[in-house]
Amino acid sequence: MAMPHLQQPDPAHPVPQNDTLPEDDRDQPLYKTRDKVYPKRVSGYFRNLKWFALITLLAIYWIVPWLRWDRGASAPDQAVLIDMDMGRAYFFFIEIWPQEVYYITGLLILAAIGLFLATSLFGRIWCGYGCPQTVWTDLFMLVERHIQGDRNARMRLDKSPWTFEKIWKIGATHLSWLVIAAATGGAFVLYFNDAPTVMVDIFTGEASLGVYVTIAFLTFSTYLLAGWAREQVCTYMCPWPRFQSAMLDDESMIVTYEGWRGEPRGPIKRKNLVRGEVPEVGHCVDCYACFNVCPTGIDIRDGLQMECIGCGLCIDACNEMMDKVGFPRDLVRFDSVQNSQLRAHGKATKIRIVRPRTIFYSVILVLVASVMAFGLLNRTTLEVNVLRDRNPIFVTLSDGDVRNGYTLKVLNKEQAEKTYILQIEGLDASDFQVIGLTPNQDGTFSLDVAPDRVGSFRVFVAANPETLSSESTPFEFSVTDPEDNVRETYDTVFAGPK
Amino acid sequence: MSTHVEKDQVSGHETTGHEWDGIKELNTPLPSWWVYVFWATIIWSVGYWVVYPSWPTATSYLTGMFETTNRTQLHETMANVAAERAPYMERLAALDLDEIVNDSELLNFSMAGGKAVFAENCAPCHGTGGSGNPGFPSLQDDDWLWGGTLEAVNETVHVGVRWDANEDTRFNDMPAFGRDEILEREDINDVVQYVLAFTGRETDKAAANRGAEVFVDNCASCHGEDAKGVQELGAPNLTDAIWLYGGDAANITETVNNSRGGVMPAWGGRLDEETIKMLTVYVHSLGGGQ
Repeated sequence: MAMPHLQQPDPAHPVPQNDTLPEDDRDQPLYKTRDKVYPKRVSGYFRNLKWFALITLLAIYWIVPWLRWDRGASAPDQAVLIDMDMGRAYFFFIEIWPQEVYYITGLLILAAIGLFLATSLFGRIWCGYGCPQTVWTDLFMLVERHIQGDRNARMRLDKSPWTFEKIWKIGATHLSWLVIAAATGGAFVLYFNDAPTVMVDIFTGEASLGVYVTIAFLTFSTYLLAGWAREQVCTYMCPWPRFQSAMLDDESMIVTYEGWRGEPRGPIKRKNLVRGEVPEVGHCVDCYACFNVCPTGIDIRDGLQMECIGCGLCIDACNEMMDKVGFPRDLVRFDSVQNSQLRAHGKATKIRIVRPRTIFYSVILVLVASVMAFGLLNRTTLEVNVLRDRNPIFVTLSDGDVRNGYTLKVLNKEQAEKTYILQIEGLDASDFQVIGLTPNQDGTFSLDVAPDRVGSFRVFVAANPETLSSESTPFEFSVTDPEDNVRETYDTVFAGPK
Repeated sequence: MSTHVEKDQVSGHETTGHEWDGIKELNTPLPSWWVYVFWATIIWSVGYWVVYPSWPTATSYLTGMFETTNRTQLHETMANVAAERAPYMERLAALDLDEIVNDSELLNFSMAGGKAVFAENCAPCHGTGGSGNPGFPSLQDDDWLWGGTLEAVNETVHVGVRWDANEDTRFNDMPAFGRDEILEREDINDVVQYVLAFTGRETDKAAANRGAEVFVDNCASCHGEDAKGVQELGAPNLTDAIWLYGGDAANITETVNNSRGGVMPAWGGRLDEETIKMLTVYVHSLGGGQ
């Protein structure tokens, strides 16, 4: 990624040379102590956008498990439920069996491509607006600011001795964080259990150990990550910043500082002299407003950095300051690197959404989504699997006929008890039987399968070797649901001598 | 931190001051919490020494607390499985074999359980799928020396075949017509040709005709005048396509000369009744449920 060089070497502080240093001064700590970040309150367009994202996402997280969805008597009526015990996942009108877990895979692939596309278009909006780490940290900071005050008050409080005021303020903050964290962990288990039932169980001590351990673990991790770790997660733990730049190009919309306009930066006093005229100094008044509001504690004027989560709060902060000093807005702006340079040279800017890279991501996105939609729409409620015995491949019977054994699995994915008709087609069988069942008059069998269950049947087929043309004769099992006239077949072979 | 920090001129990054052949190491320090996490994991590992079996001692080893070992976990798992199976086992004990087969839930349970028991106890002789070996009957076909009904299979599993320790054992004995000089060599050849003729195979017509008389005198008492065998005696049907010891002239001659007699252990008392029921249902299903 081509980035404009924004930092000029400072002639006042020349880079010291190695041989000028005394031996003792080379001792440096191997580990970096954390500089605590005290983000300042800010208001503006991007802050509002963030509030909107925060409220929406948290609302989805906390409300969804309470939605009901009527599936009939034999299935749970929770709209979104991952039922581990029964091995079923319910998502509104979709029911997923364990062997259909590829839908989840597809969903993850969709999410990944969506993330690539969004990043190539708008930079790291996921990091700044959608990532749970950002959302919960934002919520925790809101609580912190409400109790302890804004940036300066918090810095003062941290430095002050342990007075009663400090104890109750810090204590109240952590207590509130723990309550939010517990609500977070508590909501997670609702997705895996019937929400109203497990909610009562949790408070009456009736819930399973797994539920309590999950809540405890998520409470602890939420409290730790959103309360303590914060920007350390984005900087040190998250792999995404390391390779997100591969999705960006010069036309991606990112948070940029217009160095050409801001530099050389300097205090407001010098600029007062030239107000209203073409300034000899840059518009950046070096007020550190952008730095003070940054949740990861970086200076956007150093250019796009790995630590930047693209939340745009520095834009709001800078605009506020520009309004105050009477310079045009958007010294820090949400724009592409290319546009920033075009503007520097007084040329017209353009935003190009349709680019080879975005076309590529979009095409894959549509492709995967269509495959998934096709699979979902054509999902059958009846599935047949046949396992052919291989030990031995066939058995010779006393009358010289050969017999093959099969294990037939019939998946009834409907919420109703079904009676299917089993027959074989394409084979001149001398005998056809299902263990434990008596045949119907026409030689077929009636298979009863409970709602939402798999029926397993042992099937034997015998044939006279004279009627077989080769050592493996293809034929098919046909399972029909006479009520809905749904028919599923399974191609298999009949093995014999020859 | 030192006041005069050396900076790399190209990157503007601080260096550690370490230099090898003119290459200097940039200082990109880890956050210290990372180091604390490392120390925490070491302290955490001490917990494992205490909870799990760990260090050897002169004569034994430290056993750990709470009996937390893989072995006790295995026993717990097995106990859980047994507890889960208990209601099925109770129903198996209470019901007759044909009642079990008619209950689709118990049928599937027995087939799965019986398969495991079969693999442990029966597969060495009868093969993993019950397909048999020369001298060890296939359990997948429809030819049953001692009967292929649920009751007959159950009885055979209980008492075994020629198993001296069980007085009710399935027992029969074919004379060694050649070795014990009951029949002349020519008579044996004739009767073998006669037996081959049952299933329409190529025979010496003249010898087969002579053999018919030999058969009636010596063999029909057990195998029946029509040679279709007598199940109560465990005498095999000689007119079908299934030959336990091979159906060609050489194999049949060997059988008539020296007799044959396999042995199967009696499983009654060695396996519990419910297990034998599962095994019976499984074996019965293998053969197509006669």
